[in-house]
Amino acid sequence: MSEADVAFLQRLAPPTPSSYHRLNPFTKALAAVAESIAAFVIGGYVGPLAIFGLAVLPAAAMAGVLRRLVRVSVVLTLPIAISVVLISVFTRAGSTVLFTVGPFDATVEGVDFAGQVLVRLITLSTAIGLFGLTTEPRAFVFDLERRGLSPQLAFAATATLEAIPAMLERAKVIQAAQRARGLDTEGRIADRLRGVLPLVGPVVLSSLTEVEERTLALEVRAFGRRGRRHLLWTMPEATWEAPLRWVLLAVLVVIVAARLTGAWPAIP
Amino acid sequence: MLELHRVSYRYAGYATAVLHDIELTIADGEIVGLVGPNEAGKSTLCLVASGLAPASIGGALSGSLSIDGELMAGRPPHELAERVAIGFQNPDTQLSGVTATVFEEVALGPMNLGLPVAETLARTREALATLGIEDIAERSPNRLSGGQGQLVALASLLAMHPRHVVLDEPTAQLDPEGTRLVGEALRALAATGTALLVTEHKTDLLDGLCQRIIVIDGGRIVLDGPAGDVLADERLPGWGVEPPSRIRLARAMAGRGLDLDLIAGTLR
Repeated sequence: MSEADVAFLQRLAPPTPSSYHRLNPFTKALAAVAESIAAFVIGGYVGPLAIFGLAVLPAAAMAGVLRRLVRVSVVLTLPIAISVVLISVFTRAGSTVLFTVGPFDATVEGVDFAGQVLVRLITLSTAIGLFGLTTEPRAFVFDLERRGLSPQLAFAATATLEAIPAMLERAKVIQAAQRARGLDTEGRIADRLRGVLPLVGPVVLSSLTEVEERTLALEVRAFGRRGRRHLLWTMPEATWEAPLRWVLLAVLVVIVAARLTGAWPAIP
Repeated sequence: MLELHRVSYRYAGYATAVLHDIELTIADGEIVGLVGPNEAGKSTLCLVASGLAPASIGGALSGSLSIDGELMAGRPPHELAERVAIGFQNPDTQLSGVTATVFEEVALGPMNLGLPVAETLARTREALATLGIEDIAERSPNRLSGGQGQLVALASLLAMHPRHVVLDEPTAQLDPEGTRLVGEALRALAATGTALLVTEHKTDLLDGLCQRIIVIDGGRIVLDGPAGDVLADERLPGWGVEPPSRIRLARAMAGRGLDLDLIAGTLR
């Protein structure tokens, strides 16, 4: 292949606008998983907050996605956080009662537990969110395929990850069609909710009816053939990334082992 | 050469057959048109001729499909894909939904075949050029018009270099220019020895493109002959098929006592 061909194919790969984006997807995925597990295993406040403040936030700033990350994490965490706080604060047994709502006592122990869960959740959602914001699904899946993942599994993974935006797109089209026939989807929340119901059936059914034809179209393109594929492009990988991954893995194993054996000191 | 011998086909879960006693041979380099009213069995015949029915969608088939003298019964769909390609009328369901550019979409089939990157690159470029869509190579497949999507789907088939192509209303969503491009591509394809079966409602496209035309009604072939003879057959409207515009014009003029050939000669 000519240099122009190589350059063209590399242009098809997802853009990497920052040095964090340029990290190999596998490295970023491992970092996100290690940070998340470590935050949960270490527990308390200092550990998860240290991971959040010293690893996730600087990386997000370096990638230029700090604002989006905060927004995405809030959206992802908020529903779980609300339920965790309510359940922990009002149902956790404790000796110090802060206030009472009906039959429920809000205890200091409950607030403390909710706080610890919250910082872990924030670290987890930002770590995973950072990976999602700096890595296109196809880049990650292709990288896994290069490492030995079967093409069929790679396709299934990408199709699943890409299905959500496709369904949202379809919902928009159906919503526009329903609106044209007089469906009210604006105004009060109750009206909006009523407007969503007529969309559910067509969105789900049209997705299902297309499955067969899409499957056939893939069959025609030799999708079921077994064996490795030659990928058009690969994500870059610096020579130091593999050692870095091993270090991350080793640190994680040490933390988990130390916590399990009780060798890890209790940090507030 | 693609041959269907005494083929009848019944969909899984249905009591009655959709196709009855079909006898069809398509020679290398021949373009055969397939017309008929709605529900006549055209799409089913396309599925059977491509081997997808019953290999992929199940159902019961009697008779035989053979390609280049080899019986196709029992072959897996990906093996059939290298011999016969099929294109459907809805471009949305023919795109994989996992690629970020048109180039990668067209390259998906050759990649699945395990071809080297240089070969995939060459085939993809050739297919895009044949349909005149090189300029949208780096565009997202999710941002295409219906016509562009159909051309991309067709290019995806051409990149597989099939020796036999079955197309179920390939120009249903194309504008006149797109239809012309597809017609030219099919002619070029046939010139390389590829056998084509094309289902179309646009008889203007079939007129001049096909050597032979088959009319199907109620799952049976009711007329099979040279394109000129079939398209001029007085019974065509009775089968729900509109003759091409040149024949309708000639008939309308003849109905008013005018001779089209005479007028054409006068104009010359």
